[in-house]
Amino acid sequence: MSLTTVRPAATEISAIAGPLSWLRAGGGWPVLPLGILIPFVFVAVFANAIAPYDPTEPIPGAKIFEPPFWSQGGSLHTLLGTDYQSRDVLSRLIFGARVSLIVGVMGTVVAGSIGTTLGMLAGYLGGWVDQLIMRVTDAWLALPAIVFAIFLATMVGPSMWNIIIILGAVYWTRYARVIRGEVLSLREREFVKLAEIAGASRTRVIMRHILPNVMNSTMVLASLTIGVVIIAEASLSFLGVGVPPPEPAWGSMLADGRSMLMVGDWWLTIFPGLGILLVVLATQLFGDWLRIRLDPQQRNL
Amino acid sequence: MGQFMISRTFYAMITLFILSLTIFTVVRLTGDPVTLMAEPGAQEVDLALVRAEWGLDRPLPLQYAAFLRNIVTGELGQSFNYEMPVSTLYFQRLPNSLELALAATLISFLIGIPAGIISAMRVNSAWDQVGKTIALLGLSIPGFWLGLVMILVFSVWLEWLPTSGQGDWRNLVMPAIALGWYFAASLLRLTRSSMLEVLHSEYIKLARLKGLPAYAVIAIHAFKNALIPVLTLAGVNLVVMINAAVIIEVIFAWPGIGRLLYEGIFQRDFPLVQGVVMEAGIMIVLINLIVDILYAYIDPRIRFTR
Repeated sequence: MSLTTVRPAATEISAIAGPLSWLRAGGGWPVLPLGILIPFVFVAVFANAIAPYDPTEPIPGAKIFEPPFWSQGGSLHTLLGTDYQSRDVLSRLIFGARVSLIVGVMGTVVAGSIGTTLGMLAGYLGGWVDQLIMRVTDAWLALPAIVFAIFLATMVGPSMWNIIIILGAVYWTRYARVIRGEVLSLREREFVKLAEIAGASRTRVIMRHILPNVMNSTMVLASLTIGVVIIAEASLSFLGVGVPPPEPAWGSMLADGRSMLMVGDWWLTIFPGLGILLVVLATQLFGDWLRIRLDPQQRNL
Repeated sequence: MGQFMISRTFYAMITLFILSLTIFTVVRLTGDPVTLMAEPGAQEVDLALVRAEWGLDRPLPLQYAAFLRNIVTGELGQSFNYEMPVSTLYFQRLPNSLELALAATLISFLIGIPAGIISAMRVNSAWDQVGKTIALLGLSIPGFWLGLVMILVFSVWLEWLPTSGQGDWRNLVMPAIALGWYFAASLLRLTRSSMLEVLHSEYIKLARLKGLPAYAVIAIHAFKNALIPVLTLAGVNLVVMINAAVIIEVIFAWPGIGRLLYEGIFQRDFPLVQGVVMEAGIMIVLINLIVDILYAYIDPRIRFTR
């Protein structure tokens, strides 16, 4: 009865077209994605100890728009240069990693929890509950995610935790749809039928028999959502409706650097973007590894 | 077929109803949209005046009825700053957004379809790896950052292309790539999987057994059928791009619908923001409805799989 499976949808659960052979190095372990992610997570966790300067305060005595140290006019005190308030770009990048990762992970947790719960309820209970949940899912999916997020952020007002909730509220719909589809077939399986006959309550069936069987899909979706959420946060911050200044978010750093693009101050644009690119790339690769790992049928595609 | 169309249309109406309810609720979520609009430090008397002018002092069901009426009449409410119907503003900007979206669609076709076909024809070859890498980068490189980097390289350093604004094709190149980038990746994935599916089907095997040359099998038999879902996606993508190109339009100062939304945010023009978001939803629900019906028309099996 799903409305949206009428057309062959773009593969909803897949990040890339298939496994990349140049990633197979490492004996089946996700060496490349973890090799990128672990340093970023480390830096984000220990930002206070690692960052050479306070990311929100101008450095006394430093000039504004100093280039990185290897360029002419750069200084070894500010390795990746300074911004328009003579703040240290490297320190801002380091604290920005923290913002991106917190929003990416927490936004995904919120989206995944809402979506998985509603997807299970819709699929298992059926009837009007299913109708209600899926109609809301359809309606919310109708809006482009970024437009919906901008709209919510404008109306709710900016703060990091608001952004997390907003992105959770925007991205749960894809979970709901995928999980519901899986539950529809799960609930016809014998172990679910037997649990029902044995007198297990609906709550118990959902928690003990359905949930463990949809967790794989939730995890795969989650690993692929993190990158999307990180880019969405950067977009919101870039537009000025995301994480509010002076908090260093990669998106607002890009917005700050935009006016200096015209005179060629490239470091203000290149570095935050590379940060986003690397983290998102790594999460996508990790998600793809996880998908293949958890679903052997996908290995040959 | 008739019944299928009626039920689809009915569902589309429900979707739009829930969407309108969502937007209406969100605007009033923080209590009072007037406080979002008013200048900082505005007097309570002024706020009350604005509230009365916008009918925000009425009971919620009445406000919602007014909101629905604005949707049904097609006006979508009055913009606070422009003092004209939101739909007028929206349709003024539509040609600009359409121009950009068409250019971006062209870019995504040029990248996505050939790469997807080659990828599918030679699974796990070097070409396939290139295709998959493009698909991966399409999702990992934020389009707006790509736009900024292109401005840096092609406008500032090489001085080949203008940085922003609307004019001839040179103004269109960078925003179209920045916008089409992400969609190229999704088109590539779909082309690849759709081609793979078709290539494994019985009639392709028959075509090969008949002794048709490989290119004829690919070009005539496989591509034609594999193209249907690809064109569908492109059609939906086009409407999404028209409505969702906010950041790209801001970066390149492109006077489209995305920029209208952005202006609405910064002028604290909540009727404009609310109206543009609703209009975007309406357009996308409509294109999905059209595509569903066309699909059922092409493929009769769909009408009966409920």
